[in-house]
Amino acid sequence: MSTVVKSKHAIENRPGWADEMAAMLEAYQQAGGEPAALQLPQVATLVVSANTVLMSHEIPGIHFQAEPLEHGVKATIQVEPNARIENPVHLCFGVIPAEGIQHILANYEIGDGAEVKFLAHCSFPNAVKVQHLMEGSIHVGKNASLTYTEEHFHGQTGGVEVLPRVRVKVDEGGRFNTTFVLTRGRIGRMVFDYEVEVAATAVVEMTTKAYGHADDEVVVKEVVHLNGEKARGLTRTRVAVRDQARSQVFTTMEGNAPGARGHMDCTEIVRDRAVAQNTPLVIVRDDQAQVTHEAAIGSVNRKELEALLARGLDEDEAVDLIIRGMIR
Amino acid sequence: MTEPILKIENLSLRREDRPILNDVNLEIYPAQVHALLGLNGSGKSSLAYTIMGCEGYTPDRGRILFEGKDITHLSITERARLGITLAWQEPARFEGIPVGKYVGLGVNPPDRERVIQALEAVALPAKVYGYRSADKTLSGGERKRVELAAVYAMRPRLAILDEPDSGIDILSLGEIANLIRRMAIEGVAVFLITHRDELVETADVVSLICAGTILFTGKPLEARRYFTSRCIPHLEALGSQPWDTSKPEVQEAFASNGLLKLVAQAAERQTGKEQSA
Ligand SMILES: Nc1ncnc2c1ncn2[C@@H]1O[C@H](COP(=O)(O)OP(=O)(O)OP(=O)(O)O)[C@@H](O)[C@H]1O
Ligand SMILES: [Mg+2]
Repeated sequence: MSTVVKSKHAIENRPGWADEMAAMLEAYQQAGGEPAALQLPQVATLVVSANTVLMSHEIPGIHFQAEPLEHGVKATIQVEPNARIENPVHLCFGVIPAEGIQHILANYEIGDGAEVKFLAHCSFPNAVKVQHLMEGSIHVGKNASLTYTEEHFHGQTGGVEVLPRVRVKVDEGGRFNTTFVLTRGRIGRMVFDYEVEVAATAVVEMTTKAYGHADDEVVVKEVVHLNGEKARGLTRTRVAVRDQARSQVFTTMEGNAPGARGHMDCTEIVRDRAVAQNTPLVIVRDDQAQVTHEAAIGSVNRKELEALLARGLDEDEAVDLIIRGMIR
Repeated sequence: MTEPILKIENLSLRREDRPILNDVNLEIYPAQVHALLGLNGSGKSSLAYTIMGCEGYTPDRGRILFEGKDITHLSITERARLGITLAWQEPARFEGIPVGKYVGLGVNPPDRERVIQALEAVALPAKVYGYRSADKTLSGGERKRVELAAVYAMRPRLAILDEPDSGIDILSLGEIANLIRRMAIEGVAVFLITHRDELVETADVVSLICAGTILFTGKPLEARRYFTSRCIPHLEALGSQPWDTSKPEVQEAFASNGLLKLVAQAAERQTGKEQSA
């Protein structure tokens, strides 16, 4: 792995930095990250290995504050009001050793009218017994826009426990668009817990994609409160489970104000002896709000399958292609 | 005389205890376009699914022979690998599968150029469409074109096209007709289910299906004569010209006899010609 050349890295002088950075970059790449992007001066980056900030690079309009905890890092990420950040901010969290605990306390403050995208990668490539706890709070200011994409790689042993718990507040006219992807390697155990409050005319879109094998366990809990007039919310959940893996999806959408519109869309594909569950909860407290949901749980759609068979694929190839497409 | 590539013998199909296909006999030849005409619900798609081997479409009676080999009990995959494929009337949507990949699925060995060529043949530039998902965001007509491109790209021996024209705008029908001819010229046997004159004109042979029964197979011109000589009198016998659909016997005839609509269309055309003459 090439060395990272970028200004403002006081941390680089730490002994062993280069080795750890190289290991993180490799892990980053396994999670789907693009190491070259971390080296660009115009790209803001924050790289945290276990409880060490290996790299923190700010650009105008973005501020990072990070302090180590016993088993992790407390970080504040601030985007100035009206800042338009062109290049996605790259975040990288990981634990390289086989065992460890990483506790991330993250606080995102997106100023009014700001526009920013985050690309986060979390990698635990060698995990035999790793716990990643993430407690996040996200505040999207008035008319601000936050797009947050997070991709995970948990290695091949299933020894990871990932517990993200995030509370989000989106102010009037704000947009929060988040995608969480865990489709490579094993999952281990994951409890994904998001709760979002949406103010008037604000829009929230949450997409979660996971592929569980062996005895992986996925729990997705998403709660969206459409509190303001004409607030809009969409949750899209795409989970595939095989072997003895289990998935449970709980989504709640509340329409609490006039003109609020919410939709929950869940597809879970089940193979082998895996078990999938979907529990949508709809609450409407205003006679001018509307919340809808659709769910398809089970084997792949027969019509889709036959369409692929008619091109000469066998059943396994066809099911795999459908699943790969769904969680892509 | 060349041998038929597909031979259907005394084929009957029931679904949920309803007869859907009755004693169907049909021969389809390589490098020919064989059109199948019939009203909604007459059994066209059911025949297509039975030839393809779809779930729930196992015939109760009869055989399907492909190049002389009995394929009645082969799986869809096995039939596809012999060179049979189907362009679906309402093609499925696939999240996350790019159009280019979908079109290339049946192309063996993989051949990018062929995929690009196939997309161009249905007027979908590969640059614009190749990387889009074949999902709900494609319009109905776009999805149908992708389906046709996928069949063309595969170079099948027998292509079953289930209403490739439905949802296609009138200006583009010519392109679709050209592609169908091109497939036949490349040696493909095309079994073409359609309601459109523009496509019937590409056919070498026409079969008429009515309530699951093949009434007639022959040259397109003869098929038209059959309409006039056999179906119009049948209609007149009902005493309801010009087809007063409020009459129960006409409604019943519409429901049970798929040909009525075709006859009506044929007669309208004829009246139109007489008036303009
Ligand atoms: N599962 C089923 N159980 C009972 N009847 C069925 C079933 N599936 C289809 N049918 C009936 O079989 C008949 C033939 O249907 P098919 O779809 O083959 O018609 P079609 O000729 O393709 O019509 P269209 O022009 O509308 O596409 C119809 O009357 C339909 O209602
Ligand atoms: Mg049909």
